[in-house]
Order: sequence, then structure tokens, then C-alpha cells
Amino acid sequence: MSDEVRGEWPLYEVFVRGKRGLNHVHVGSLHAPDDAMAVRHARDVYTRRNEGVSIWVVRSDAITASSPDEKDPLFAPSGDKVYRHPTFYEIPDNVPHM
Amino acid sequence: MPEIHTHEADEHDSAYAGLLVNDAHWAFGTDFEDPLAGVDTTVPEGIDAHELATYCLRLGDDALILSQRLSEWCSRAPDLEEDIALANVALDLLGQARLLLARAAAADPSLVPALPEGSPVPPEDALAFFRDDREFRNACLVELPNGDFAETVGRILVFATYRLSLFQRLTSHPDAVLRAVAAKGVKELTYHRDFAGRWFLTLARGSDESRRRLEAGLARTWAYRHELGEDDEAELVLEQVLATSGIAAPDVRPISTGGRHTEHLSRLLAEMQVVARQHPMGVW
Repeated sequence: MSDEVRGEWPLYEVFVRGKRGLNHVHVGSLHAPDDAMAVRHARDVYTRRNEGVSIWVVRSDAITASSPDEKDPLFAPSGDKVYRHPTFYEIPDNVPHM
Repeated sequence: MPEIHTHEADEHDSAYAGLLVNDAHWAFGTDFEDPLAGVDTTVPEGIDAHELATYCLRLGDDALILSQRLSEWCSRAPDLEEDIALANVALDLLGQARLLLARAAAADPSLVPALPEGSPVPPEDALAFFRDDREFRNACLVELPNGDFAETVGRILVFATYRLSLFQRLTSHPDAVLRAVAAKGVKELTYHRDFAGRWFLTLARGSDESRRRLEAGLARTWAYRHELGEDDEAELVLEQVLATSGIAAPDVRPISTGGRHTEHLSRLLAEMQVVARQHPMGVW
């Protein structure tokens, strides 16, 4: 961490795993002075109604995101590849959860 | 407990899908009821009921008054996140106050102020809203004005450290109700102490201004901490926090108010009690 004094706290993205959830889910963002306080803030802001059992926080500026401009080159090519979906199989009756 | 079933259709639309499923996960019901409903409140043999009741009243008053004070931060904290954090601490303390006042009333009903015949006000509310400042047994530390954020942080640190140490001991109290209240409170107070301790360190190591405010605020509350009880363990924890933060313990003599309150309590109570007192037959 640098010693530079800033007027604004950095932004953090918050991920919470619920009691019955298998993975952490993005629930929102908040400001905090440092990583440890970000977890406390996340606990106070996002789990005060008994939602969570685990919290991840990450500085928003540490996230690299795809750009809306890249939407077509990135995602359009997969739009017409129906054969990538496993829909051409006959599923036997005794296979559950399909 | 109602059965929990998960959403499927809108799973990708809401960030909370998978976290929030139905009302079964809510921490609280939708109604206020006796916090000790269904609990056996018989005072165990060998314990003086009046002493137990006044002790619970003292602990409950500490929580109630600090809760009211901290609630004054609502919409005024330095940041939205701190606003919610302080409100959470205040709500935890209000929960402790409800249980302790209800315990006091059940152990010795003669402590509960008399209300008009047929008043629906429960005993915990009668104790909270219909006693005058002289009948409150809280320590002066909790009734002092908030000061700035740094002063509030210092006060929560001192209060939570003393109370956590006490509640840990109370988890082996002969009264099962007080034991259970203490066990619940230990988890809450551990968080309050952690929250305030982290902020204490942050402000101490922050700018010259944050450090100056922290020291000035601590000097105003430090002298009142002995009213929370003699407690070497709590003192040791505070010493460690001060040492880590590089803050010297304020050089102030303990203030002994001789059981009297400061003028600040009556003003706090006036605001807290005015509506309830105007409607002793009111249902909330």
C-alpha cells in the first residue's frame, strides 16, 4: 500500500456465499479504507439479514473486464453453434438431474 | 422452520438469487413478541431475585443507552458503510437490552413502573420508557454525547472490551437465562471490539488530524471506564490496542460520579421516551 493520502476510499466488489449456495455470488460494491475493513463493511452492508456464510472482496480496479465494444467478436460466434449444446442425445429415463 | 426451496427461473437476473430464497432464512419474524417467550424464568435456588434483577437492569441499561446514543449516528456517519456498521452495533445492543430488561422484570416484577390499568405496554418497555433518569443504572460512559467519529470509535472499543470480558465470565453464571443472554452477546461484542479496534488502529496510524481527534476523544471517555467494573483482563486488551496503535493511555484521573448521572442522560431520555409516555395505552 502506498502512503499517498486520498480523499476517497477505493471501491471493492463483494461476493457472498449463502448458507445453501455452492459458490460466491456477486452482490454489489462498497468503499473501504483497506482490504480488512472491506470484509467488515461487506458483513455489515450485505449480510445483515442472515444471507451469508462466507465473503470475498476484491478491489474493483483489480478486475479486468471485457469491453462492450468486444461483445460481437467475443460472444456472437458461439450464438449459432447449437451442436455445442448436448441436446442431440436421447437421455435414458434413469439418468437424474438432466 | 418453513421448508426452503430455491428459485430457478430468475436465477440469473438477481444477484441475491441463491442467497435469498424465501422467508425461511430471515433472522427475525415479522412481529415483536416477548423476547423470553417460552423460556423458564424461574430464579434458581440460592440466588436473590432482587439482586439478580437489579444486576440485569444495570447491564440492560448500559446496552439501551449506548444503543440510543449510537443510533444518533444514523444518516450522520462519515460514510454510508460506517452508518450501517454503527446502526448494526446499536441494534445488537438494543437486542441485549430487550433480553436483559425482560429478565429483570421477570425476576423481580416490583422493579417495573406501574402503568394505567389495562395498559398493553410490556414490562421491558415499561422499564425502558417509564423510568426517570435517577432510576437508570447505566455507567456514565454510555450516556456522554457521541463527539466525533474518532471519539465514538474509542468509546465503543472501551465499552465492548469491558463488556466482552464480563459476558465471557457470565456464560457460567448460575442463572440459565443470564447465561444464555451472555453467550449470545459474546459473539456480538467480539465483532464490536474487532470493528472498533481496527478503526482505532486505522485512525491512530492515519493522518495527524485523525490521530489528534482519536487522542482527544479518548481523553474525554477514558476517565469514566472504571464504572464498567474493575477488570484486569479488559485493561490488558486495551493496553495491547494502545501499544499497537502507538497511543499513550490518557493521563486522567478516574471520575467518580458516585452513582449519579450526568445532565446528558435526562436529555437523551427525554427524546427516547417522549412518544411512549404520551401514549401509555398505545399499541405498537
